[in-house]
Amino acid sequence: MTLPFGSLPDPALSLAYLIAAIMFIQGLRDMTHPRTAVRGNLLSAGGMLLAVAVTLLSFNIITPAVLVGGLVVGGLIGGVMAVRVQMTQMPQLVGVFNGFGGGASAVVAGAELIGGSFSVDVGLAAIFSGIVGTVTFFGSMVAAGKLHGVISSSAIRYKGEHIVKILLLVASLGAGAYMVAQPGMVPFLEAAWVPPYWIMVLIAAALGILLVIPIGGADMPVVIALLNAYSGLAASGTGFVLGNSALIIAGTLVGAAGMILTVIMCESMNRSLTNVLFGGWGEDPSEGEDMEDIYEGQIQETSPVEVDILLDTADRVVIVPGYGMAVAQAQHAVAELAQLLKEDGVDVEFGIHPVAGRMPGHMNVLLAEADVPYDMMKELEEINPTFKQTDVVIVTGANDVVNPKANEDEGSPISGMPVLNVSDAQSVIVNKRSLSPGFSGIPNPLFAKDNTSMLFGDGKEMMQELVNEYKESR
Amino acid sequence: MSALVDGIVLTAEGGASVNQLIQNLTFFVLAAFLGYSVITKIPANLHTPLMSGANAITGITLVGAVVVAGEGQTQVATVLGFVAVVMATINVVGGYLVTHRMLKDFSRGGGGNR
Repeated sequence: MTLPFGSLPDPALSLAYLIAAIMFIQGLRDMTHPRTAVRGNLLSAGGMLLAVAVTLLSFNIITPAVLVGGLVVGGLIGGVMAVRVQMTQMPQLVGVFNGFGGGASAVVAGAELIGGSFSVDVGLAAIFSGIVGTVTFFGSMVAAGKLHGVISSSAIRYKGEHIVKILLLVASLGAGAYMVAQPGMVPFLEAAWVPPYWIMVLIAAALGILLVIPIGGADMPVVIALLNAYSGLAASGTGFVLGNSALIIAGTLVGAAGMILTVIMCESMNRSLTNVLFGGWGEDPSEGEDMEDIYEGQIQETSPVEVDILLDTADRVVIVPGYGMAVAQAQHAVAELAQLLKEDGVDVEFGIHPVAGRMPGHMNVLLAEADVPYDMMKELEEINPTFKQTDVVIVTGANDVVNPKANEDEGSPISGMPVLNVSDAQSVIVNKRSLSPGFSGIPNPLFAKDNTSMLFGDGKEMMQELVNEYKESR
Repeated sequence: MSALVDGIVLTAEGGASVNQLIQNLTFFVLAAFLGYSVITKIPANLHTPLMSGANAITGITLVGAVVVAGEGQTQVATVLGFVAVVMATINVVGGYLVTHRMLKDFSRGGGGNR
């Protein structure tokens, strides 16, 4: 193979990296509107292609077979996963991809240390990207496992877990410090594969697993966003190890993106990041026993036929989806209902809480897949003032995000969390399988309100029945 | 932080290395601010594609992986490089593809008022 490896001069490489960085930035800027977002993503992908291509041309590639093999294998795996995935499985897929990015950064940093001496700043950068990248990989795999139902999604806790985590962090930092401080202890081994680095990585792997295991399923939006930030920062750290501006700029951009999303998710729950990561909500999902007593005699049940009567006279309807809609795969039935109502001149909107679902924007993606127009999906601040003029609210598969206790009860765990004030509407229909509490484990007084009726049953079935009833009575 | 610790090998051109470090820090800080200002403008509706698109950008580490895998410094480095190339390529290809799929849904459903 006579490819022109190594023929591109350094300034040209730097210039191409700059162009790639501009394409990443413009690509992200285009994400501000769905009309331009497709173009933005293509632009960003083009930037990536450019960066990889000029790297191939610029460096002296001695083993092209290994390289091409890796690109083909990785491309096939990634491509197949992306094409095959269902929209409802998106959170875990994003988690898995994210983990691979972080893991790759850790491996690259380790490989780069081989065979030579390195300065202190490079060593420190390698410690950073090694630990962060490894935590990202293993943390993401655990998060994806929880989202996919392979690992129990409840918060798994044990005595002294924080001490264990701190000890692991200290131990991995210690291994890293040893690597930087004493690169001559076993010179032969050191040069061959830098053992302390991989000991550090091994400990960080345990840390990554133990960090995510105690976090409950519904807190995964925060975890996924945070791990996204980590993988960016790991890439940035690897950029410091390699002295590569493209990695630093692109990695930091992603780090910032992930951090912002993490903060937004936490604010949407009125909880601190520390509380999400170490607070362990959702420990005991089986505590629904005395819930029945709380609601005793105050619950009104309804049926699709009755809801249909309400809808026939409604001028404005708001649909509030939650994770339950994703689980039941009810998004297509819900979208059809919205479409029918809209055709009949009803003002229909979706009220979407920022933490509904298992990743930021989860509900929006599902609804978009079901052809719900973008401008029908409203954020919390937008939709809340409109509930007073709303005739019917249909809550499907959501619980904590519509719990009035957040506004009323100071002592409740969700107090201060911004919620959708659905009970301002004329009537509220709550579609749920049972009265079991949401992730926060507390009862929801909304269910017992006078203007609330419960539509018990599977989300998809109930919404489909509702669609059928509505069609018949048109 | 120069020769404080015994056994640290300083690069011959110590000054150049410090310059490089400062230049890298400049990139880092500017990119962080830029990222903050760009991403706060993205609506909640598009947060999932934003995340998976940003995620794909993290695959930039592929550039580093390519160098390590291709240089063939030692056998260990080549093997590690191969592993890193596979992982990063999964991230890049999968990330961009899946983002494209989601965004197509959005532009179809809501590009204009239907």
